[in-house]
Amino acid sequence: MFWNTLLLSIRAIRRNLMRSFLTILGIVIGVAAVITMVTLGNGATKSVSDQISSMGSNILIVAPGQRFGPGSGGAPSFKLADAEAIENQIYNAKWVAPTTSKSATAVYQANNWSTVVYGSNNDYFPAGNWELADGRDFSDSEQRSGKAVCVIGETVRENLFGTASPIGSQIRIKQFSCEVIGLLEAKGQSAMGHDQDDMVVMPLRTVQRRLTGSQDISRITVSARDTNSISSVKKKIELLMRERRNIGENEDDDFRVMDTRQIADTLTSTTRILTLLLGAVAAVSLLVGGIGIMNIMLVSVTERTREIGIRLAIGALEREVLLQFLIEAVVLSSIGGIIGLILATTASLVLSGIMNIPYIFDPGINLLAFLFSAAIGVIFGFFPARRAAGLNPIDALRHE
Amino acid sequence: MSTAPLIRLNALTKAYGRGQATFQALKGVDLTIDSGDFVAIMGPSGSGKSTMMNILGCLDTPTGGSYEFRGVHIEDVSRNQRALLRRHYLGFVFQGFNLLARTTALENVELPLIYRGESAVVRQQRARAALAQVGLKGWEDHTPGELSGGQQQRVAIARAIVSDPEILLADEPTGNLDTSTSAEIMELITNLNRERGITVLMVTHEPEMAEYAKRVVRIVDGVIASDQRNGEAA
Ligand SMILES: Nc1ncnc2c1ncn2[C@@H]1O[C@H](COP(=O)(O)OP(=O)(O)OP(=O)(O)O)[C@@H](O)[C@H]1O
Ligand SMILES: [Mg+2]
Repeated sequence: MFWNTLLLSIRAIRRNLMRSFLTILGIVIGVAAVITMVTLGNGATKSVSDQISSMGSNILIVAPGQRFGPGSGGAPSFKLADAEAIENQIYNAKWVAPTTSKSATAVYQANNWSTVVYGSNNDYFPAGNWELADGRDFSDSEQRSGKAVCVIGETVRENLFGTASPIGSQIRIKQFSCEVIGLLEAKGQSAMGHDQDDMVVMPLRTVQRRLTGSQDISRITVSARDTNSISSVKKKIELLMRERRNIGENEDDDFRVMDTRQIADTLTSTTRILTLLLGAVAAVSLLVGGIGIMNIMLVSVTERTREIGIRLAIGALEREVLLQFLIEAVVLSSIGGIIGLILATTASLVLSGIMNIPYIFDPGINLLAFLFSAAIGVIFGFFPARRAAGLNPIDALRHE
Repeated sequence: MSTAPLIRLNALTKAYGRGQATFQALKGVDLTIDSGDFVAIMGPSGSGKSTMMNILGCLDTPTGGSYEFRGVHIEDVSRNQRALLRRHYLGFVFQGFNLLARTTALENVELPLIYRGESAVVRQQRARAALAQVGLKGWEDHTPGELSGGQQQRVAIARAIVSDPEILLADEPTGNLDTSTSAEIMELITNLNRERGITVLMVTHEPEMAEYAKRVVRIVDGVIASDQRNGEAA
């Protein structure tokens, strides 16, 4: 019975090529959209979390104000002394990098490039997972005297020096010139599309004196000795800062200490919203595909009801008719689903390449989209048939 | 052959609709048909001929009375059993052909054999033979849309006889045909009755077609008005 019914289903599909094609198309659109969107969303999330782990492990960032992001909301800035206190009083703080920054244009001969100048100490490099590709980091005396020396990122080097080596050259920033003593290993783009190599690092004092003109530092990056000590270091920093900033028992902190997980959470919650949004768009396309299929099926219900009447009249059993329609729906949905999967994989690969995010195959969403579309195909292909197959043959034949 | 009749209708009634709008299409039909008979059913339009044929063909169910087919009370059997009766004993030719659209003549004729579970080879062979028998050799690959009314009617007949039914039920098989084609179809049906012993029940409006039958039953207003053997005095 099965093989005969399969034959009948395939004949029915062949007989109504347009209807079959449109059904498949509806499913292809739905499946491809959902899988592509979710895969890209996952890729973006993965890329963000990769980014976070490339920031360095066991990192704590101490910044004034309570909000994550720029601006301290009126809370007083930290000073170098705060960083020194952390370094001296908290044993498990391995690296402590007080940092301040300022946008500026760097000029070398006829080339100029606008970038961000960071002022910090040598801890800045290991804490941020930076390696030197060439040259050296700052000497103690350079740091103490605020000498005009700098370590530059790959993007700055490329734009100012082209193919040449920058070490030993003088670049001009604002009104002063500064000797390039080191070149950082390239890291590439961050998850958010930010070019991490686009920066210049100088000793903190140099930047404070010559660029920002103040003793403020905008944040302190602290690296805990190991993963286990993160929370204790964090707690100690909080206590120390509350004390140094004279915050009373019942007052809230006017600064925050974020660990990498918190930063990760903030970033991934952003990408999660993005993924949800993409998912919603995709769900709409799935729905549109479903409505398309429903439409096609409803339009053909009269013809199909009469077909069912004919089959019943010449001796088909109700269950044989149902099986035929079920096979037909499953075959069409599967073809649509498989084409959709292939299309989605291709699109995801191409788009994630363009967007510079990793391609992650997610079997769950592939299966889900496939099953969902199959369900739509089966529901709309099968249920009208079930009604018709329950009629007296003569009523099915008379259907208008 | 057993003495029990092939078909026995007893006070058979059929009502359409419910309540106020009920329409009594058959008002108590008693009829007995023996195996091998060739019965023409005549009567004015709307008298209930098709209604009776549909019940006889197990396509519809009566609202009252009884219908015995080979001693089996049809009103008592299940849907599936009625389907199996249609599959194995009945061949039905509809007033409006009812062929599958966009499906070749051959595939249309094959259909009853598929449900009977015949092998592909047997199906092909018998479907081709049936089409040849109705004079459609060479038209196997045409779809209903590419066939004339008469040709479609003949495909419908081929589909009804391909499974070698015990009874051929034909509702106005020549209703859409010109005189010469009608005559051909009637020859064909007469032959099936005479040579293969198929019992034939045929609805017709035309007295010339009724001439081919052995017996003529007249229905008026849902009851049998007359029932006579051809050749007997009126
Ligand atoms: N499905 C239905 N619902 C309601 N009334 C119906 C239905 N089918 C038939 N009738 C009514 O039953 C009566 C008998 O119909 P039937 O089709 O049996 O007539 P008929 O003798 O075959 O006529 P014709 O020669 O025109 O084919 C008609 O008056 C018709 O209106
Ligand atoms: Mg009729």
